[in-house]
Amino acid sequence: MLEIKNLQATIDGKEILKGIDLVIPDGEVHAIMGPNGSGKSTLSYVLAGRDGYQVTGGSAHYRGQDLLALNTEERARLGVFLAFQYPVEIPGVTGINFLKTAVNAVRRSRGESELDAMQFLKLARKKAKELGVGEEMLRRAVNTGFSGGEKKRYEALQMALLEPSLLILDETDSGLDIDALKVVSEGVVALRSPKRAMLVITHYQRILDYIIPDRVHVLAGGKIVQSGSKELAQELERTGYAQFTGQAA
Amino acid sequence: MSDGMDQVRTLADQKYKYGFVTDIEADVAPKGLNEDIVAFISAKKGEPDWLLAWRLKAYRLWLTQSEPTWGRLHHAPIDYQDSYYYSAPKRKDGPKSLDEVDPKLLETYEKLGVPLHERAILAGVAVDAVFDSVSVATTYKGKLEEMGVIFTSMSEAVAKHPELVRKYLGSVVPYADNYFATLNSAVFTDGSFVYVPPGVRCPMELSTYFRINAQNTGQFERTLIIADRGSYVSYLEGCTAPMRDENQLHAAVVELVALDDAEIKYSTVQNWYPGDENGKGGIYNFVTKRGACRGRASRISWTQVETGSAITWKYPSCILQGDDSVGEFYSVAITNNYQQADTGTKMIHLGRNTRSRIVSKGVSAGHADNTYRGLVRIMPKAERARNHTQCDSLLIGDQCGAHTTPYIESRNPTARLEHEATTSKISEDQLFYARQRGLSQEEAVALIVNGFCREVLQQLPMEFAVEAQKLLAISLEGSVG
Amino acid sequence: MSSALSSPAWLQSLRQTARDRLESDGLPGRRDEAWKYTDVGRLEVMAYPLAERPGSPDLTAAPASGERTQLILVNGFLHSAPAQLPAGVSLTRLQDAQEVPALLGRLLPEQGKSFATMNSALFEDGLVLQIEAHTDLEHPIELISLGQADGPPVAFHPRLLLVMGKGARATLVERHAGQGQYFSNSVAELLLAEDSCLSHYVLQDEAMTAVHLALTALRQDRGSRYQAVLVQTGGRLSRHEMLPFLEGEGASFSIEGAYVARDQQHIDNTTFVVHRAPGCQSQQVFKGVLAEASRGVFQGSVLVERTAQKTNAHQLSKALLLSDRAEMDAKPELEIYADDVKCGHGATIGDIDENALFYLRARGIDDKTARQLLINAFVAEVVESIADDSVRAAFLAALAQHLSHLEATA
Repeated sequence: MLEIKNLQATIDGKEILKGIDLVIPDGEVHAIMGPNGSGKSTLSYVLAGRDGYQVTGGSAHYRGQDLLALNTEERARLGVFLAFQYPVEIPGVTGINFLKTAVNAVRRSRGESELDAMQFLKLARKKAKELGVGEEMLRRAVNTGFSGGEKKRYEALQMALLEPSLLILDETDSGLDIDALKVVSEGVVALRSPKRAMLVITHYQRILDYIIPDRVHVLAGGKIVQSGSKELAQELERTGYAQFTGQAA
Repeated sequence: MSDGMDQVRTLADQKYKYGFVTDIEADVAPKGLNEDIVAFISAKKGEPDWLLAWRLKAYRLWLTQSEPTWGRLHHAPIDYQDSYYYSAPKRKDGPKSLDEVDPKLLETYEKLGVPLHERAILAGVAVDAVFDSVSVATTYKGKLEEMGVIFTSMSEAVAKHPELVRKYLGSVVPYADNYFATLNSAVFTDGSFVYVPPGVRCPMELSTYFRINAQNTGQFERTLIIADRGSYVSYLEGCTAPMRDENQLHAAVVELVALDDAEIKYSTVQNWYPGDENGKGGIYNFVTKRGACRGRASRISWTQVETGSAITWKYPSCILQGDDSVGEFYSVAITNNYQQADTGTKMIHLGRNTRSRIVSKGVSAGHADNTYRGLVRIMPKAERARNHTQCDSLLIGDQCGAHTTPYIESRNPTARLEHEATTSKISEDQLFYARQRGLSQEEAVALIVNGFCREVLQQLPMEFAVEAQKLLAISLEGSVG
Repeated sequence: MSSALSSPAWLQSLRQTARDRLESDGLPGRRDEAWKYTDVGRLEVMAYPLAERPGSPDLTAAPASGERTQLILVNGFLHSAPAQLPAGVSLTRLQDAQEVPALLGRLLPEQGKSFATMNSALFEDGLVLQIEAHTDLEHPIELISLGQADGPPVAFHPRLLLVMGKGARATLVERHAGQGQYFSNSVAELLLAEDSCLSHYVLQDEAMTAVHLALTALRQDRGSRYQAVLVQTGGRLSRHEMLPFLEGEGASFSIEGAYVARDQQHIDNTTFVVHRAPGCQSQQVFKGVLAEASRGVFQGSVLVERTAQKTNAHQLSKALLLSDRAEMDAKPELEIYADDVKCGHGATIGDIDENALFYLRARGIDDKTARQLLINAFVAEVVESIADDSVRAAFLAALAQHLSHLEATA
């Protein structure tokens, strides 16, 4: 269970999150929707522990642990996975090397044995095939020269390999065509389980056609201004965010 | 090379429209340079002893120095004895107000487009006009005085604000700095002085117009601008000279000092006579400009549009001493015919979180050579310093040269420096596209060059931006391929 | 000096000319623009005595030759060469050449202060390798220069002239290693005839107590291709200078360099590309990692002469500074006299990319491992373009070994 209480954060002294309250029980999928600049990406970075984001108040606990007290990789090993809106290109670091290092780091922290090169390659190939990630992509440098769709599939592949328990999808739908959206969404849906919580951050409702949320929250002006069932997403698609931006200001 | 390009190359030669001579009686010192001349200049200006002593110290050092040779510049040796070091329009006691300024001078500045009358077009710009060696008029003085802003000629500043001059003169560019700065320290004649008191935002652009008129005269002005805590000033400088066959020397020094939270914006449109299409005549422009961001979060921004002079040798620089201070350098240098420019900047990062940005656009045409030369130095204490440099060169025709020589030095791991440079020719595709839409070749080139320089031109105050755009087009006339 | 006595007249005169010039011009120092960042003129190594021909050298630093044609120089003397050279390849020593080999010394700076002049005055066994036209060598030729100064310090001046015939294809591996205090001042002249193709892999892994200077000058004729990988990890002070002249239309020159420095090491990469013919390409990429109190220097100059229209020239220098005592100085320079060209350069200095670091950490990789991954990848990428597997592995191993020192002290 993810429990966020009155979370406030600033960047360069500028207030972005102004008191977020959110509880996501294991097994549930929550969506956060909101206009540009409402603080959606900031929330995902704060939960993942990115430098430069100052938490000025409130708390965030995951499975009873104080997330904010952990550094980035400790959170990742606890099971927090952020699917990036813009996955970072890392020239020179091959996918295989990167994925194996990450998988083994996570396995170690869970007290599981590390995979050797062969075991890992077998696993990676299997998962890659399921997600339509070409094998040559594993040999290439991480995200380097990938198209927008390839990058998102690659994120999905990492999810499948790292088996996180809390997924944060930061505008995963941006820059994706319908086909790629479908593949990536199916990858996410396949990970749905009673033990896993998901937070889907999005501007548009369309990804929620594939990943059906249990709850939908509207984030505007750094606060959650409305919460509802999945129908809220459809309603927003019709009415837009203008009502909330006015309300938040 | 397309037909269109050849056609343009044969178009009318570039015309220098500021090349007229004003016939006016001048008060001159004898030709040549020695200690007596230095003393003569000092006496003419009624200077205090300490300043004469400073000049002589500089002169004696200068005798032991030699001209720097590292620039990518070629010129016949300069005969420093074959020049006049002081030339002033004759007058009785110096003008008290505009009404007393020689009408011929006022006419000259009208022709140059610099209206001295306060009712003139450039309302809102206070102008100090320097004619050969002396400042002839400063407008808007009264209004500035009300706010405590001092904007006056250097001579007057020495007389009226000796404590400020003594404190800051040579504090950014010491008299021993380099050959030309040392020469300037010995023989500088006039220039502008600006002091903006704490917290004052100077309400109008301050401007100096420099003009070399007399024959065989060197112009050695010295400008000093001090922005006290939390103040702001924008300063513009324009320059022209008559067409003459001889080369004339211009060796100015500009010093800027920005204290805590102060900002100085310094813009130059340099259009000294560039010489004719065969490279005869023109101004030798050897200038030392430097700003010290002494205070916390201070900011100095240099913008220059260099279209004139036979030779340009100048590197407006920033010493980023105060934490969080910012230095900027935006430059357009256009060389045509046989012009040579070796220009750029130095950004010396001393303080924490200091930032600098360099944008240089060089356009080379005819037989000209155009060099960007710059230094970015991060000292060990400059934690998290940032520099970004973009330097682009455009070549027009196959007889010119475009060069880039940056020095990038870092001694702090938290600093981040990025430098990018490109050199290319004017794109045939762009030319074709513009012409297909009905522009003449010349218009198309002017358009593309303006686009190429846009990032820099945008930094100029409005009044200058329009002027500068026209100047770019004129400078490239007849050369364009 | 021994070999100089028995050398042919042309060689004696060449040496004498060099000696005279050395005496009149001296050696470059900090006041010379090209040596602004690397001051060697005053180093005590200049006074090191010339090495004598070693009796029984220690060859443990030389790798097994495998299928490579291996030539070993010890302190500048030719120690071993295979009895049988591949077909189309010949090897002579300069002192055994009755006539002056074509173009010997012609690519080197004619006047002024120069370490190449010092080399010309003082080299021992100068090697001339000739590769006949249209020869296509399957395996690399490997030149190993070992410095051995078990006792007092020594100086030596390795010298190579490689002549590639028309359409010849070859790989030259050059390795510099050694032990003790020594000064190695090597010069290589490479002549690439029309349509010839040379891959040149240089590993400078000298003793950490050595001073290493090297100049590689090359002349490229029409359509020739030169591709170099240069790794510098050794030496307390080192400078590798490339001086390519693109003389024939459509020639291409490429160099990728990687360097790792720690302690008080000083590593300089200087390249001066001269484009003389139209339609040529040149590419330079240098990547360095600077730890502790080390200093890196990159000077990359591209000169495009008026005759070299349609030139495509690029250079890039990237340096990671890992310590507040490290220093990087970069001077990428363009000097362009032809208008129809595409030229550019870039230089960055900074520490590890924070976005990449965050991304790795967000996947559960700890900070230290993530940094190591990024640093290794940063320089290893350069070596990836080595075509020969065993050579690539050897270069990677040298890099890894030096990088592991950084990690241990980080």
